[in-house]
Amino acid sequence: MINPPPATYDPAPLIEPGHTFGSITDKIATVVVGGRTPITWFVVVSIGMMIMGMLGVAVTWLLIKGTGIWGINIPVGWGFAIINFVWWIGIGHAGTLISAILLLLKQGWRTSINRFAEGMTIFAVMCAGLFPLIHTGRPWLAAYWLFPYPNSMAVWPQFRSPLIWDVFAVSTYFTVSLMFWYVGLIPDMATLRDKARKRPQQIIYGVLSLGWRGSAKHWQRYEHIYLLLAGLSTPLVLSVHTVVSFDFAIGIIPGWHATIFPPYFVAGAIYAGFAMVLTLAIPLRKIYGMEDFITIRHLENMAKVTLVTGLIVGYGYTSEAFFGWYSANKYEGFMIWNRMTGPYWPYYWTLVFCNIITPQTLWIRKVRTTPILIFAVAMVVNVGMWLERFVIVITSLHRDFLPSSWGMYYPTVWDWMTFVGTIGMFIVLFFLFIRFLPMISIFEMRTMAPEAKLTESEGH
Amino acid sequence: MDAAHALPPVIYGLMAEFDDPSALVAAARRAYEAGYRKMDTFSPFPVEEAWEAIGHHDRRLSKIVLAGGLTGLLTGIGLQEWVHELAYPINIAGKPLNSWPQFVPVCFELTILFAALSAVLGMIILNGLPAPYHPAFNVPRFERASRDKFFLLVESDDPKFDRQATLEFLKGLNPSEINEVEP
Repeated sequence: MINPPPATYDPAPLIEPGHTFGSITDKIATVVVGGRTPITWFVVVSIGMMIMGMLGVAVTWLLIKGTGIWGINIPVGWGFAIINFVWWIGIGHAGTLISAILLLLKQGWRTSINRFAEGMTIFAVMCAGLFPLIHTGRPWLAAYWLFPYPNSMAVWPQFRSPLIWDVFAVSTYFTVSLMFWYVGLIPDMATLRDKARKRPQQIIYGVLSLGWRGSAKHWQRYEHIYLLLAGLSTPLVLSVHTVVSFDFAIGIIPGWHATIFPPYFVAGAIYAGFAMVLTLAIPLRKIYGMEDFITIRHLENMAKVTLVTGLIVGYGYTSEAFFGWYSANKYEGFMIWNRMTGPYWPYYWTLVFCNIITPQTLWIRKVRTTPILIFAVAMVVNVGMWLERFVIVITSLHRDFLPSSWGMYYPTVWDWMTFVGTIGMFIVLFFLFIRFLPMISIFEMRTMAPEAKLTESEGH
Repeated sequence: MDAAHALPPVIYGLMAEFDDPSALVAAARRAYEAGYRKMDTFSPFPVEEAWEAIGHHDRRLSKIVLAGGLTGLLTGIGLQEWVHELAYPINIAGKPLNSWPQFVPVCFELTILFAALSAVLGMIILNGLPAPYHPAFNVPRFERASRDKFFLLVESDDPKFDRQATLEFLKGLNPSEINEVEP
């Protein structure tokens, strides 16, 4: 028997009362057409551009000199490039979870956050994709290494390699996410077209809207494929981080060759992604006054998902340590002991603090409903999830089977500039999106207005 | 407003405007019962009852997406088997040339990719998009269709369409406004 919720339990609404179709439309669309751009936007984009400049310098120097400018060596042949790739691609997963899985589960609260979360996915995947492209220092060769096309050397990619699976998984993920996002934007582009009063805006949004006119016949097919896309994206998003984990798990390196990797990586991806959605949503609703649409209820729900996925990640860490002991394998046992007490111990214990201990504060309702506290926890998780990938990659590689081949890994200034530079790139892309496209799905928000409910039900 | 004066020689149809989805759905049902078939409704968000009311349900996309997914699957199998058995057979760690379990991830990704592409392209093509011009855009008030108003359009090539009789019928549905749609 299910007990009714206690009388004091009063969840915040999903949309503040008093909104109509028109007021919802105006509030969101004015950010893009006809409104004033807040000064904060210029400040953030300028800072983002400067940080992104570092990426330009670092990549240029890499192309001139080669990967010798990075900290990678033998035995640590995989360094920042794979760490950052996995971190960024994981962040992207929350966007797909919100747009696809929560849609299939009929979670109405996804409506206010799916648009910018999907945008976050696309920009995070762009940042992620940069690393495999540049990690050889010779990106022009990546073409025939990675893509199956008839080339003059008559060589073909090796489809038995998880690295090729990764190419297909990530490029499919990017393409499908971009299409899903664009399809969601079509009706909103029509709104912007009709609302714009300047000719260039009318033309640009008019072309992008494909001449959408809100016909019922169009809506029926639209809703049909939107659901199909959600159904296709759900297994896709789970497959992407599974394949990313195969990059490690297919190898025989201690600490990587583990069957728990796929679910553990997927949970970690969603965990990192929700932390990033919160990192973006909390300042955004403040800067653009969107508290009516992104309410405390949304933040609290996302904080709950963060807590749950954080617990799954904690389970992953525990089982790694358990298997290290229970396998009775000398190398596995040494790996986990080295991880906890070896030269990289501060990274391991900081990651435990960031990813397991800090999110426990989200059990407290007061923390879950105070934006600044959620923001602080989310920031700590962002750092923790980056450390997790650092620990997995570096501590497994630097001391493997033969003590004579042990070594240490120290990232160089070029490693750091490339990594921080992609954060700048992400900020710039995200804020350009905020300025030129509706950050919240307008047509889906209209369905949340009270008048959208049909008042009679004859014929059902 | 009044269709009696300034009659253009040919019109595309008559368009009635409503303030909320309930009124639109009720009007569309009555128009369908009255025998009109060539009609459409326009709304700023999807209203499932509206397309049911005008008797529209197109299920072709399910089959198109299934066909797309199967094409992707066959592409994945064909590509990898051809590369590893015929075009570039090399022995990797003594594995058989047809090491099919290792071909599963790429087959899966291509299935999803082709299915998603056929879904989006199928929707756009079956909807006749991109369509920069449509007679409905000739009605100035129609820009509210992407904002907060709901429209019922009865097209003039419907066999039952009669300029006066249909106008009178639409007036009986209590719309907030009726407009003639120029072709």
